[in-house]
Amino acid sequence: MKRRSFLASSAGLVASVIVRPVAAIEQSTVLTALVKEYAAGAVVREGRVKFDIARLVDNGNSVPVEVTVDSPMTPQQHVVGITLFNEKNPQNDVAQFSLSHLSGRARVATRIRLATTQQLVAVAKMNDGSCWTHTVEVLVTVSSCIEE
Amino acid sequence: MARTLITVPRTARRDEIIEIRALVQHSMETGYRRSSEGDLLPRDLIRRFTCRFVPRVAANSSATSTAGDLIFAATFHAAIAANPYLSFNLRATTSGTLVFSWEGDNGLAQTETVSLLVA
Repeated sequence: MKRRSFLASSAGLVASVIVRPVAAIEQSTVLTALVKEYAAGAVVREGRVKFDIARLVDNGNSVPVEVTVDSPMTPQQHVVGITLFNEKNPQNDVAQFSLSHLSGRARVATRIRLATTQQLVAVAKMNDGSCWTHTVEVLVTVSSCIEE
Repeated sequence: MARTLITVPRTARRDEIIEIRALVQHSMETGYRRSSEGDLLPRDLIRRFTCRFVPRVAANSSATSTAGDLIFAATFHAAIAANPYLSFNLRATTSGTLVFSWEGDNGLAQTETVSLLVA
């Protein structure tokens, strides 16, 4: 390949990576199954949950995450649980959080490990039993869990 | 005893939503890593965190609950980073004590308390 044509094609590749749409990623079958099991028959819908995580992670050993759910957090209407699942770590469970109307705000933040580039999902369970999700895709350059 | 770092505002206005941050010093060994000699490092995780709120009981009233209300709980797995950090919220209604507990492998159990004054 000539240097000029190589440069031209690689420039095109970079552009295609940048313009890739951020929203509406297709959830992996692994995550879909996990969410379905967690929901235990309840309706699962996308939305109301915001999963805040860097899309490009330099170091998978400690990745800050924050999950917020759109909920008034009153005794009548509140989030009872937030669960995080990953797609490709050795174990799919990340953490389960229990909240109540005493929380005042449906929010939790922590730091997690990521073994490789993968999808993650946050599931919020409401007191009426409904489940809401947000799936994100994260690019990891240095992995965790298995390496030193 | 693991070292902990808990951040709670000393005082809060009534019905103010406060942020609580809790960090504990712990390696969160996953059980998947190997030492330089090639031996598998045994799993050592913190499994559970709870935060309870015990309202301050007036001296003349009979104490009803010493366990308090569970305001937040977390179950951790190997995918939680070393030195588990959590940040969550609480609607401050009355003065009282926040009780933080961590439980984990190898019999780890630790409790810390922080008092909260609601004006």
